[in-house]
Amino acid sequence: MTMNTQGRPTAPTSTSVSDIETVSGSRGLLQAEGLIFEIGTSETTGVDLPAPKNRTGRLGGVARKVPTGLPGLSEPEMVRHYMRLSQRNYAIDLGFFPLGSCTMKHNPRLNEKMARLPGFGDIHPMQPQATVQGALELIDELATWLKTLTNMPFVAMSPKAGAHGELAGMLAIRQALIARGEGETRKRVLVPASAHGTNPATAVQCGFEVDEIKANARGRVDMDMLRAKLERTDDVAGIMLTNPNTCGLFETDIKEIADLIHAAGGYFYCDGANFNAIVGRVRPGDLGVDAMHINLHKTFSTPHGGGGPGSGPTVLSQALAPYAPVPFVVKNEDGVYSLVEDMDGEASESFGRMVAFHGQMGMFVRALAYILSHGADGLKQVAEDAVLNANYIAAKLKHVMTPAFEGYCMHEALFSDAFTADGIETLDIAKALIDEGYHPMTMYFPLVVHGAMLIEPTETESKATLDQFCASLESIARRAAQGDETLKGAPYLAPARRLDETRAARKPVLKWTAPEGETVAAE
Amino acid sequence: MRYLPLTDDDRKAMLKVIGAKSADDFYGDVPESARLGGQVAGLPDHQGELAVERHLSKLAAKNRSASSGPFFVGAGAYKHHIPASVDMVIQRSEFLTTYTPYQPEIAQGTLQTLFEFQTQVAALTAMDVANASMYDGSTACAEAAVMACRVTRRKKVILSGGLHPHYAAATRLLCEAQGLEVVHLPVAVDGEMALAEAVDDQTACVIGQSPNIFGTVTDLSAVADAAHEKKALFVSVFTEAVALGLVTPPGEMGADIAVGEGQSIGVPLGFGGPYVGLFACTEKLVRQMPGRLCGETVDADGKRGFVLTLSTREQHIRRDKATSNICTNSGLCALAFTAHMTLLGDKGLRDLALLNHEAACDLADALEAVPGVEIVTPRFFNEFAFRTPMNAEAVLAMLDEAGVVGGVRASRLFPAEHMGDVIICAATECTTPEDIAAYAAALKEIV
Repeated sequence: MTMNTQGRPTAPTSTSVSDIETVSGSRGLLQAEGLIFEIGTSETTGVDLPAPKNRTGRLGGVARKVPTGLPGLSEPEMVRHYMRLSQRNYAIDLGFFPLGSCTMKHNPRLNEKMARLPGFGDIHPMQPQATVQGALELIDELATWLKTLTNMPFVAMSPKAGAHGELAGMLAIRQALIARGEGETRKRVLVPASAHGTNPATAVQCGFEVDEIKANARGRVDMDMLRAKLERTDDVAGIMLTNPNTCGLFETDIKEIADLIHAAGGYFYCDGANFNAIVGRVRPGDLGVDAMHINLHKTFSTPHGGGGPGSGPTVLSQALAPYAPVPFVVKNEDGVYSLVEDMDGEASESFGRMVAFHGQMGMFVRALAYILSHGADGLKQVAEDAVLNANYIAAKLKHVMTPAFEGYCMHEALFSDAFTADGIETLDIAKALIDEGYHPMTMYFPLVVHGAMLIEPTETESKATLDQFCASLESIARRAAQGDETLKGAPYLAPARRLDETRAARKPVLKWTAPEGETVAAE
Repeated sequence: MRYLPLTDDDRKAMLKVIGAKSADDFYGDVPESARLGGQVAGLPDHQGELAVERHLSKLAAKNRSASSGPFFVGAGAYKHHIPASVDMVIQRSEFLTTYTPYQPEIAQGTLQTLFEFQTQVAALTAMDVANASMYDGSTACAEAAVMACRVTRRKKVILSGGLHPHYAAATRLLCEAQGLEVVHLPVAVDGEMALAEAVDDQTACVIGQSPNIFGTVTDLSAVADAAHEKKALFVSVFTEAVALGLVTPPGEMGADIAVGEGQSIGVPLGFGGPYVGLFACTEKLVRQMPGRLCGETVDADGKRGFVLTLSTREQHIRRDKATSNICTNSGLCALAFTAHMTLLGDKGLRDLALLNHEAACDLADALEAVPGVEIVTPRFFNEFAFRTPMNAEAVLAMLDEAGVVGGVRASRLFPAEHMGDVIICAATECTTPEDIAAYAAALKEIV
């Protein structure tokens, strides 16, 4: 029984929540909130700056003519604005986020604290190297961990995200082929149909052509097809293969694949997006890999931040290391760290510079804090618990949903939509999970499984959480199998209902524009 | 292990439900020769929070932070003050620990901030539309070049001699990998206008920067006109976003694509990253843009809402035919930018820009008064280059001993050029009159 402040019991009512209209548009704790352009004015500012003297003498008249017109808010208004918006987001800190291939694990707060130390957060990438020795040492220490965990001799630290790491690896392959005098002839890159979309896109960005290989009935590379594709060898640049693959399965024939591609004169790019399943247990260098990016925001738990920033250090084999991008950190004999920035000396064969400065330092600090906290023993446990959790979900749900493949999975469980009644789609199941208080699984990926539902629990979820989630999903799956039409309307309980994406794409509205007759609404 | 909730009893119970004996069963597909007997050798075991904090704090203490004394380094990243509330907003769990907003019903917070971000970037650059951010300014520049080649179906990209050399390098790399030709005009302090001469019928785009790497501000309208006359695009680059509060923005110069670094607004120096790339263009080019876009729509109840849109340009749909391989943006840094920009507003931004310019004017006045020092940047916002009578590397080392981080030597940015006596320095609202006096006094001692 709930009590009001007078201590009298409140009476239950029979009014449905959906019938209640409010004047404010707010719904209890969920506050209505407009866009800043509707609530701010261009004369308001939430910063107290000294009054400028309006000197513009050295600008040479290259002055802005039309003001930005952007509204400002006072600090309390700004804070409240973004707090109100924050209430419309789902987040790992709020609940289970089983998004397959994204590795949404807990983000330790120690990592945030460390990244904000002035010695890391408030140093400039171009200040003298003698004044940033601790930063260079940190990059070197993280690099050592990454090289040792993968058993690879070199790591390029500058890539800004996973897809950028793919670019680093493929550009290294391109440069190696050029050095062999085969840059113009070896253009074909084999990519499985199940690959992340970034793989074919990256290959094309590097001037390669994509040759797709199919999966076999076990969700792995079809070896007969691969052998057939490698009958002609003189045009082969390499293969881009995710391992564990996007079906959540370890590529059983991976060593043979590596041997075949090497025998054909090509290189083996491994997409390391799913490294979380094997970190501390399997070293990709032992599998014949030539290049692999590591998503620090997945395996090493730097926060996803609503879609970035990521970080994609890329380990390279001895064959590709000479072509690594600049800059990179070296430790000199006297113990001093320095940055190799120019393409001469030890970087004379480098393929070049991918980005301004030295990579995602803020992510390096967080990732190293995470790695040191776990150690080699803890990282092995990370992989095992991630895989155990995924197999537990697979085991609990295989009776009500359709497993895409037989046998154990790695860190994610994959189901097809075969169990659903006509008219009920994967999308409906995903949206119904929102009403149950969960973020949906990854849907319709990988493309090789019909109506794919890819569930990645990660190691930072408890058994109790998994049990509750499985109970919810089992109930939804049963409704889907029975053709429960109410699923089509889900979610009912989220801050927004299903959104009209067709309308958004047909006539895109990509920024706020003032209603006619106004520049800034609140003026 | 503090981040792992499973107990040994849990693990046993779960293995039983699965019907497996141990975790080893799950790794049965790993080739024999790649199976490790135990944990990876040569690495230490786990540590408590205190031990990790001690170790990292020790490393941090070896670095000199920009706030610890007179500091004048710019060259693509700038020391600005970030209001405490901005950092508080980006540390909110709901923003920090969420994913790309692919499920819009439970991501309206992120989506609305991206919509606000796009609107702010479009207004700041005076362009029609902006995307939801790129990795950083340099990668945005490279993407703009290849986009221009897609749009014009031409293969030649011309870079100005004042373009940040890292931007030029990143652009050259991506273009050449795609078989595109890159022409880099001679390095020049005040040479942006040479683009107007260089553009020809084969040119896809000319890329100019204002303020450029030497701090020079230039009205590039004539470059835009010359480019358009040859049916080429004009890409306008900036590395100091605060400048756009005061200097002619890309849109007012006739830019087709505007790209730049947004770090200056809300994002800490952080030794070079993560930062936030800004990318804007004209309305008619929007479907050729790289990166994510957020658009307005309505939900099933008819209420306004936002979604990621035009995703048929992107790699997860188009795969090998995508406009770019980009999969993430720089979401949290974009949020920091938006929160800071929302505090500033137009008035705050303009005042901030003026304060930056005035600090740089004061710095130039003080350094110019040192005998032998010659300012070589003719027009500037908050950054300029000057020539010293001595080797710049030696001067900077001696300034460092005097506690002044005096800037970047041009020879670090342009090792192939004969610019051994040139220093590029920046001043911002963080620069005090005492900092400037300390710089001038130390320089006077040295030269």
